[in-house]
Amino acid sequence: MTPHLHLWLIPLLPLAGAAINGFFGRRFSRQAVSTVALLFSGAAFAMALWVAGQFSSLTLPYIETLAPWMRAGSFQVDFAFYFDQLSLVMLMVVTGVGFLIHIYSVGYMWTEGGFYRFFTYLNLFMFFMLTLILASNYLLMFIGWEGVGLASYLLIGFFFLKDSAAAAGKKAFIVNRVGDFGFLIALFLLIKHFGSLNYADLAGSISPLHIETSAGLLTAIGILLMVGAAGKSAQIPLYVWLPDAMEGPTPVSALIHAATMVTAGVYMVSRSHVIFERAPIAMTVVAIIGTLTAFFAATIGITQTDIKKVLAYSTVSQLGYMFIGCGVGAFSAGIFHLMTHAFFKGLLFLAAGSVIHAVGGEQDMRKMGGLRTKIPWTFWTMTAGTFAIAGIPPLAGFFSKDEILWQASRVSMIYWAVGILTAFLTSFYMFRQWFMTFFGEYRGEQHGHGSHSHGSPGHDSHDNHGHGGVHESPAVMLAPLVILAILSVVGGWVGIGNRFENFLAPVFHSTATISADSFDAPSMSAEPKNEEAGKSTELLFTEISVGVGVLGFLLAWQLYYRRPELPAEIALKLNGLYHTVLHKYYVDEIYAAIIVKPLIAISTVVFWKGIDRGMIDATLDGSAEGAREVSDTMRHMQSGNIRSYAGWVAAGAACIIVFMTWMAVGTR
Amino acid sequence: MVPLSYYLILSGILFACGVTGFLIKRNIITIFMSIELMLNGVNLSFVAFAAQWHALSGQIFVFFVMVVAAAEAAVGLAIIIAVYRTRETLNVDQVNLLKL
Repeated sequence: MTPHLHLWLIPLLPLAGAAINGFFGRRFSRQAVSTVALLFSGAAFAMALWVAGQFSSLTLPYIETLAPWMRAGSFQVDFAFYFDQLSLVMLMVVTGVGFLIHIYSVGYMWTEGGFYRFFTYLNLFMFFMLTLILASNYLLMFIGWEGVGLASYLLIGFFFLKDSAAAAGKKAFIVNRVGDFGFLIALFLLIKHFGSLNYADLAGSISPLHIETSAGLLTAIGILLMVGAAGKSAQIPLYVWLPDAMEGPTPVSALIHAATMVTAGVYMVSRSHVIFERAPIAMTVVAIIGTLTAFFAATIGITQTDIKKVLAYSTVSQLGYMFIGCGVGAFSAGIFHLMTHAFFKGLLFLAAGSVIHAVGGEQDMRKMGGLRTKIPWTFWTMTAGTFAIAGIPPLAGFFSKDEILWQASRVSMIYWAVGILTAFLTSFYMFRQWFMTFFGEYRGEQHGHGSHSHGSPGHDSHDNHGHGGVHESPAVMLAPLVILAILSVVGGWVGIGNRFENFLAPVFHSTATISADSFDAPSMSAEPKNEEAGKSTELLFTEISVGVGVLGFLLAWQLYYRRPELPAEIALKLNGLYHTVLHKYYVDEIYAAIIVKPLIAISTVVFWKGIDRGMIDATLDGSAEGAREVSDTMRHMQSGNIRSYAGWVAAGAACIIVFMTWMAVGTR
Repeated sequence: MVPLSYYLILSGILFACGVTGFLIKRNIITIFMSIELMLNGVNLSFVAFAAQWHALSGQIFVFFVMVVAAAEAAVGLAIIIAVYRTRETLNVDQVNLLKL
C-alpha cells in the first residue's frame, strides 16, 4: 500500500508564505517577514525530507491527482503531481538549497528597502519551481516554467529604480519568450500527434516508436524542446540574458540563476528522455549546443572583472556541460552535475555576495585583493567552492564533470576534447577570481563608502550600512555558506561506484531497454566490449581532467599571484583577440544589429506607422471624421424651427404619396 | 345625389388649405386651427366613402379621429398657454429652443 504523500503541500506552502508576505508584509516588521518566509520555505524542505523518508515504500512513479483541469474530448490535463527518483533529486536540491538561500537572504537583504517584497518574490519563485519539477504533465510544467520566468523577471528587476536592472529584467523575460515559443510548439505537436501531455501517457505511446534515423516528428519535437531549454538554461544562442541577470540581488543570482531555475531546461530535457532517445539528431543538436556553450562561455569568463559576471559565465558554461551529458544520452550524469553544480555554484554566489557585502558593494575584482585574512569564513568556504568547480578530487565537481566527460568521450572524442579544454579554462578563471579576490594587496578604497558612484556595470546597489572597512558577514549569512561548502566537498561522493546513476536508472532506462534491440543508443554503444580497456581508458581520462584542473590552478597562480603584471602584458600582445573576448565576442552587439534593430525598424515603419497608425487608427479616425462631417451638414436640418420641420414632414409625405402611386402603377 | 368626386375634391381642398396654413402661418393658434382643418378634410373623405359603399367602418373611424382631435386640442391648448406664459409670444419662429 502506497502511503498518501500530499505532494501538493510542497509547492503550496511557499505560495502561502508569498501570499502572507505579499498581502500583509508591508505592515510587518523585518523579523516577522523573515519568520514567515523561512517558516514556509523551511516547511517545504521538511515536507520534502519526509517524502524522501517515505521513498522506499512507494511504488514508482507515484502519481497524485489533485483536481481535473481541462477535458476536451479524449484530451485531458489534470492538476496532478508525478514523483520518481528524478523528481526526488530535484525536490531535495530546490527545497534544500532554496531554504539555505532564504536564510542567507535574511542577512544579506536586511538593510535593503522592499524587504517584504523580496521575500514574497523568493517564496513565489519556490512555488513555481516546485510546480515545475513535480508536475505530472507538460502543461502544468509549463505553468511552473513561465512562473519561474516571472519570478526571475521580478527579482532581476528588484532594484527597479536602476535603469540597468529594469532593462536586464526585461531582457531576461523577452529572451525567454523566444525559447518558450519553441517549447509551446513542441507541446502542440505532442497534443496533435499523441493526444496527451501526461508523462506517463506519452512514455506509453512513444516507447513503441522506432528510432528516427532521419529527421522526423520526434526530432522536431526534441529540437523545439531544446529551444525552450536553451532559453531557460541560457544556452547558445539564447544565453545573453543570464550575465545581465546579475543585476539582481546576489541571493537571487545564487538561487535562480545558478542553482535552480536555469537548470530547469536540463530537467525538462531529461524528463523528455523518451523523446530524445528516439531522435538521435535532436540528441546531437543538444550535445553540440552544450559543447559550444560550455567552451564559448568559459572563454568569456576569463576576461570578466566583475566577480558576479565571472560566475554568471561560469554558470552558462557548466549548464553547457549538463547538456553535453543529456546530449550523449547520459541523462543521469547531467542530473548529477546539476545537483553538484547547485551546491558549489550556489555556494560561490553566496560567498561572492559575502565578499561584496564585506567590501561595501564593490563588485570589481580589480578593486579587491588580500581579503584572505580579513574574511576568513568567506575565504575558506569559497575555496571549497572553487576547488569543487575546478574539478579537483575528491570534491563534488570532479565526480560529476568527470562522469559527463567520460560519457561524452564514448560518443565522440570531439565533445571530450572541447570539454577538457573547457575544464582547463574553468579551473583557470575560477582560480584567477580566487587569487584576485583573496590574495595580494587590497586594491580598493579603505572605506567602502562612495563606491556606488563609479557605477560599474552590474553593480549590485548593496548598501554599505556605515560599518566602514572590510568586515566579515553575520552568522546568518555564514551558516548557509558552511553547509553548502560541506555539501560541495562531500556532495560528489554519492556518485562513487555509479550509485547515483543506478539510483536514477529506473527513470532513464525504463524505456531505453525496449529500443536497445532495434538500435544501439549512443549511451550504450561501446559498453560490453573490452571492459578492461574501458577501465584503464577511464582512469587515463580522469587523470587528464584532474591534470587540466591543476594546470589551470598553476597558470592562474603564475599570472595572478606570482607575477600580477603579466596578464596586462599578455592582453596587450593579444590586443584584438583580448578585446573581442572582453566584449563577449560582440554577441550583444551582433544581436542588436541583426535582430533588435531590424525588429524595431520594422515595428516602427510597418507595424506602428504603417498598420497601427496608417490602417487601424486611420480607419477609426476616418470613420469618426466622416461621421462628424456628415453630422455637421445634417445638423442644420434640426434648426428648432417648427415650420421647417413641418415643411420636411410635408415633403416626406409627398414623397411617400409619389412612391405609393408609382408602386400602384407598377403592380397594375 | 352628389357624386363622390365632389366630396373628395372638397376634402382635398380643405386638406391643402390646412397644409398651407400650417406651413406659412407664424401664430401657433392659427397653425393649430390648420391642423384641425386637415383632420376634418380627412374626415370628410371618410364619411363620403362610407356613404358611397354603405360601410360603417368609415364613420366609426371619424369618431376616433374626433376623439383624438379633442384630446389633442386639450393638450395642445394647454401647451400653448404654457408657452405663452414663459415666452410671452406665440410666434413659432421665436420658439426654437427646447430650453430657455
